[in-house]
Amino acid sequence: MGRTLAEKVWEQHVVRRAEGEPDLLYIDLHLIHEVTSPQAFDGLRMAGRPVRRPELTIATEDHNVPTVLGPIADPVSRAQVETLRKNAAEFGVRLHPMGDAGQGVVHIIGPQFGLTQPGMTIVCGDSHTSTHGAFGAIAFGIGTSEVEHVLATQTLPAYRPKTMAIEVKGELPVGVTAKDLILAIIAKIGTGGGQGHIVEYRGEAVRNLSMEGRMTVCNMSIEAGARAGLIAPDETTFEYLRGRPHAPSGEAWDQAVEYWKTLRTDDDAVFDKVVEIDAAALTPFVTWGTNPGQGAPLGADVPSPEQFADPVERAAAERALEYMGLTAGTPLRDVQVDTVFVGSCTNGRIEDLRAAAEILRGRSVVTRTLIVPGSMGVKKAAEEEGLHEVFTAAGAEWREAGCSMCLGMNPDTLKPGERSASTSNRNFEGRQGKGGRTHLVSPQVAAATAVTGRLTAPADL
Amino acid sequence: MDAFTTHTGRAVPLRRSNVDTDQIIPAVWLKQVSRTGFEKGLFAAWREDPSFVLNDPAYEGASILVSGPDFGTGSSREHAVWALQQYGFRAVIASRFGDIFRNNSTKMGLLPVVLPEDVVKSLQDAVEADPKTEITVDLVERQVRAGDLVAPFEIDDYTRWRLLEGLDDIGLTLRHADAVEEYENGRQPWLPTTV
Repeated sequence: MGRTLAEKVWEQHVVRRAEGEPDLLYIDLHLIHEVTSPQAFDGLRMAGRPVRRPELTIATEDHNVPTVLGPIADPVSRAQVETLRKNAAEFGVRLHPMGDAGQGVVHIIGPQFGLTQPGMTIVCGDSHTSTHGAFGAIAFGIGTSEVEHVLATQTLPAYRPKTMAIEVKGELPVGVTAKDLILAIIAKIGTGGGQGHIVEYRGEAVRNLSMEGRMTVCNMSIEAGARAGLIAPDETTFEYLRGRPHAPSGEAWDQAVEYWKTLRTDDDAVFDKVVEIDAAALTPFVTWGTNPGQGAPLGADVPSPEQFADPVERAAAERALEYMGLTAGTPLRDVQVDTVFVGSCTNGRIEDLRAAAEILRGRSVVTRTLIVPGSMGVKKAAEEEGLHEVFTAAGAEWREAGCSMCLGMNPDTLKPGERSASTSNRNFEGRQGKGGRTHLVSPQVAAATAVTGRLTAPADL
Repeated sequence: MDAFTTHTGRAVPLRRSNVDTDQIIPAVWLKQVSRTGFEKGLFAAWREDPSFVLNDPAYEGASILVSGPDFGTGSSREHAVWALQQYGFRAVIASRFGDIFRNNSTKMGLLPVVLPEDVVKSLQDAVEADPKTEITVDLVERQVRAGDLVAPFEIDDYTRWRLLEGLDDIGLTLRHADAVEEYENGRQPWLPTTV
């Protein structure tokens, strides 16, 4: 019987397999940031252990960094960033600190440098590590104990998750984006739908996505509960990688591509679970609740809790509407927002900024609008194209790179009761600031919303 | 890691689903570089509501959390596990857990117990009816017991052994250092390095 892509990549990385034990899996790339690593480095120090493979490890400062120029004002945030600098120096790990041309959100810089490649295993103390699956890698988030384990051994003991196919049939209509697709998938299968599985996104609509779009889709795999999400590499993947600083070159490139072409699910392989999505039926999608599964087409109304047959879902909807300050039956297009955020590891890449700029060109925003590039590299590329001028002319704020308002660990937060349209990945209670209310949207919907002050699709303008 | 064999204690019923790790420990608490002091941040936003179940003096001193489905979804922050443990919890019972949270828990010796939703509800009902109700979480027998209720739960043999012995993964893996080295010698030549 054939094997799925996930099975092929997994098998390639098994260091040791023994009856009744988890596989010992080799890790090709370990990404580090300041929030989930300090206690792991402490553990190494206490045990007198080195980092086994510092040259397979890379660190960046992203969660705490301010997106306006200048030092970190919050002494606790500053201490955390300084701790990473000390640890990186002591253990010999490459670090991209604030202000460095290579600095950025951890999941933006891996692909940008060409460090993320098909067939690899990639981990990070961050749940959105699933982003890197867009290249046909197995990439997943881990906790600090596992960060320490990977630092010390370059391996992880793990049971192979089950496999799940999400078959996206047909083509996405014009105006419907990768973000709309993944929000619709999560609404369909729920926040626990992917639990215990590696999801492979398949089908024509997925094949037609750019690498940026594929990263957006894989990024939010965790919001459907999946351990990881991936997409088979193809010419789009190879073209994206060609010439990047850490991509193979010359003969090694040809060798690599030859191998990468084998990284696809065999025709006779069987997935543990299959879900089908009709791409042609999709429209711009937004969330109304406090988990990423509580979403609906922008053209719909705020749902009534009675619409949910399952008592647990009904109770969750009731609580979410109360927290969000929404009334059932209100058209989502009538929901007024205070802030628009474009950025994050979900939608902070150059293509996302281009999409937002296209809508804001020649228009003005009526809300506070933060445009935060995912990395200094993305910032530079955007400025070379003049996108920053489009944003500032529209009245939006053009910021430095970082995680920013996605999780509000830096000063970019919502005040209690404030409402955002955000291109990030989580609408949890208080995610963007205590008492803040988040609607997850695509960059296109975010930009159009900034123009009208209500949840809006570009086609409505 | 703390070993876990069997634990008997009182419980807190948390009748909410999708308790994400941002709720368990809000991001502002993640700026600490130490491993201690997270109990103050446990459910920090929810605890501001006087009617939140953790503020009910009837449940003071409880050491088992009985939650709605999909506990610990979202962010990979292990701080969520540290906060629960440092507050005094030894086990969390729910019908479904976020994968990363569950993994993190077993690395730290906080036992995540998966039981069917109707059993979870019975436990919550029992604890609400009498907050002094004691629940036993028995990893040796893979059983949860409370009064007349006896519910088996599943956990793989390897994780159970590690928890019973309180073993750290790193020490176990380092026993196979030779296998790691052998694997490394056969890695594909084009794979990238960060230098």
